[in-house]
Amino acid sequence: MQIARVVGTVVATQKHATFEGAKLLLVQPLTLDDKPRGTALIAVDALGAGVHERVLIVMEGRAACEAIGRKLAPVDAAVVGIIDVVDLIV
Amino acid sequence: MQLARVIGDIVVTQKDHHLAGLKLLVLQPLAADGSTAGRALVAVDAVGSGVGETVFFVRGKEASFPFHPTEVPTDAGIVGIVDHWDLG
Repeated sequence: MQIARVVGTVVATQKHATFEGAKLLLVQPLTLDDKPRGTALIAVDALGAGVHERVLIVMEGRAACEAIGRKLAPVDAAVVGIIDVVDLIV
Repeated sequence: MQLARVIGDIVVTQKDHHLAGLKLLVLQPLAADGSTAGRALVAVDAVGSGVGETVFFVRGKEASFPFHPTEVPTDAGIVGIVDHWDLG
């Protein structure tokens, strides 16, 4: 899993049927010191995360399918947690 | 998934028979600000998108799920046409 920040929302009327009702978020993966890492990606969200929140995302198909509870959904990233706090010892 | 602009289409006559009848499009991945991000790639289309549109696509085995039970040999697939996106 990776830490990311929700930076936006995506609206798509015409999409694969398994996405019906799912929220699409634009999330920016972060390094441990909160700097952007790589390109923002789209993740499905079943938890109700909002813009600016830090979230935990999975970037693997099977895990993403399970996160939104739909088998054979063509997804490769999903929000699986909304982060309260990250505590590092270094 | 990632945002992308459809920048072209490809005609491939001789191909894996599981790809028969599928539309292949050339995608340029986009960053959140709409600028280009990374190399262009070819993806199968599962939603009827066309050149010039902004779409989102999935990478990996999951790209073939819209065609289930046909096992389409692809590693990228367009799964939605983007109306708009908003940055917070």
